[in-house]
Amino acid sequence: MIQALIMDNLPALLIAVPLLGAFMTPLTGRANDTVRNIWVILISFATLTAALLLTYEVLSSGTIVYTFGTASPSLPGPPDSGGILFRIIFAVDAMSVFMAVSASIVGFAVALYSIASNSKLSGKDGYYALILLMQAGILGMVCTGDMFNFFVFLEINSLAGAVLVAYRVDKGVAVEAGLKYAVLSTLGGLMVLFAVGLFYGQYDALNMAVIADNMQYGMLDKIALVLMIAALAMKSGAVPMHFWTPDGYSMAPSSATAFLVVASQASLYGLFRILFTLFNVTLNWALAGWIIIILGVLSMFVGVTMAIPQKDVKRLMAYHAVSQTGYMLLGVGVGLAVLGDETMMNSFGMTAMEGGLFHIINHAMYKGLLFLTAGAVFYQAGTRNLNRLGGLGHHMKWTMLFFVIGALAIAGIPPFNGFASKLMIYESVFMFSPVLSVIAMVVSVLTLASFVKVFHSVFMGPKLPEYENIREVPRPMLIGMGILAFLVIIFGIFPQAVVDTLISPAAEALVDQGGYISSVLGGA
Amino acid sequence: MSFSQTLFTGYGNWNPVFWIIGFIVALIISWLLLRRGESGCNRDTEQVKSYLSGNAEPEKGDVHIRAGNMYWGFTEALKEYYEFLVPVHTGILTDYILWFLGVMAVIMVILLGGSIL
Repeated sequence: MIQALIMDNLPALLIAVPLLGAFMTPLTGRANDTVRNIWVILISFATLTAALLLTYEVLSSGTIVYTFGTASPSLPGPPDSGGILFRIIFAVDAMSVFMAVSASIVGFAVALYSIASNSKLSGKDGYYALILLMQAGILGMVCTGDMFNFFVFLEINSLAGAVLVAYRVDKGVAVEAGLKYAVLSTLGGLMVLFAVGLFYGQYDALNMAVIADNMQYGMLDKIALVLMIAALAMKSGAVPMHFWTPDGYSMAPSSATAFLVVASQASLYGLFRILFTLFNVTLNWALAGWIIIILGVLSMFVGVTMAIPQKDVKRLMAYHAVSQTGYMLLGVGVGLAVLGDETMMNSFGMTAMEGGLFHIINHAMYKGLLFLTAGAVFYQAGTRNLNRLGGLGHHMKWTMLFFVIGALAIAGIPPFNGFASKLMIYESVFMFSPVLSVIAMVVSVLTLASFVKVFHSVFMGPKLPEYENIREVPRPMLIGMGILAFLVIIFGIFPQAVVDTLISPAAEALVDQGGYISSVLGGA
Repeated sequence: MSFSQTLFTGYGNWNPVFWIIGFIVALIISWLLLRRGESGCNRDTEQVKSYLSGNAEPEKGDVHIRAGNMYWGFTEALKEYYEFLVPVHTGILTDYILWFLGVMAVIMVILLGGSIL
């Protein structure tokens, strides 16, 4: 009975659990720190479990359409509704669960890590509440089938993120970074809202499937598309709209930064969902594809070249996050650029898309891991300045090991997960344009060079007198990093299993506009 | 899940398990070569001490090469590129907004250009 109830309401639970967790966290904090910590870990674990169960359901039974407000979207409204029906639809397909699993795994690792990394700090109730709120926002964005609802979850995600960036004040510098994040996110959110308004004005609908089914690709649709591309590309940190990322990522607490990466990826998901599900072949796919590719190439190259001269380890990693987002844009952009050409799509377009999507989950794991190792270094050494660090490998062997795993993965060194997704991107993009593939490979070489610098500056060298008394970080922080490091290795050793299980269904769901529309409207 | 699972990239393929086996074999060969090295080294003697033409060894902190000294040649070679790129990152919020609006305008011109003309 209860089991059936849970299984029938998994899409709602995926959002309700972290939301409930967020609002209850300050109450549990009233008891004591231990009760609140246990609560946060339980909520994170329950969210991860819901995401995994939902993934199993979707991959075994197909897209799940969940209607809030009634048992089925096709049922007539109650007589006293006045014709105003509150029916928000969640359309959870393979692409949605792929993103949900990625976000939930990082969320759980971050929760474990935060228990120890925040133990000496104040304001923990609010911190955990915001982390869970952001998780609810991310999961809502990737599950919803309603455009206005997407905007609402985007706002939840952005506001929680902005407060987390500013959370540790840091003489006002973090507050300034939080303000930048908030203003740009609000501006981006307004553009999304304006685009939603344009869709509503034309099609009298907010449901993605209904809009996609009626898409005319007229002038207003094109304006809405431009607003969406610019806003969501900015939110995902694409160059040249990336300026907020080094500010925001470097000033947020490290555990929050690991999660901000996932928050940015939710915007990337939104961008891909709009392009493929709402517009698909109705748009000028070659032109739109090239716009995404150019944003990707700029992000890859500018991101990595700006990372190399950085002195702040988190700022350096933030620029690498921008650079890695470029790979995702490149892979999926190539898929979009050949979307209407079946021969090219089958030849390399789908592989490019799979590579781009595979890189999303890989990036969430290894970049999350790298930010957590940066947090571990800051936790013990009290500085992020690479010019002042050195010799920590003598004292923090586990942290060093986790850093090496993350660094090799981001640089695309085999057998770690970054190599597998980058290889798919290199080879498929090469068939589209060899120049783009060569740029992607050069960026990987520069990424390796940059992380060699970090490794040497932080962990290598003789024991420095100022860090004589440093010890390894507490165990929960190591467990949080260990979970992500384990997945980086496993995804790297068995890439085809991950591609077969998660990535290919996600890519196929993204491309299959007709399947999405019929799964939502089929019974209506 | 098969251990022989190979990732197909559409152009080639990649098998991490075989790569790991090869890597382990290379490590074993390296270890065997290492074993054939000089065995008379004694770490407790002056054999392992740096010889700096009779000068005293500097303090530990002084010999560590800091991050600021790394890749100087790279940034120097790309000086003109960095002289353009770094100042663009002003840290000023209004500049960020201008870049955002500018990119949006460019995309609008590209996507709407054909329709208007």
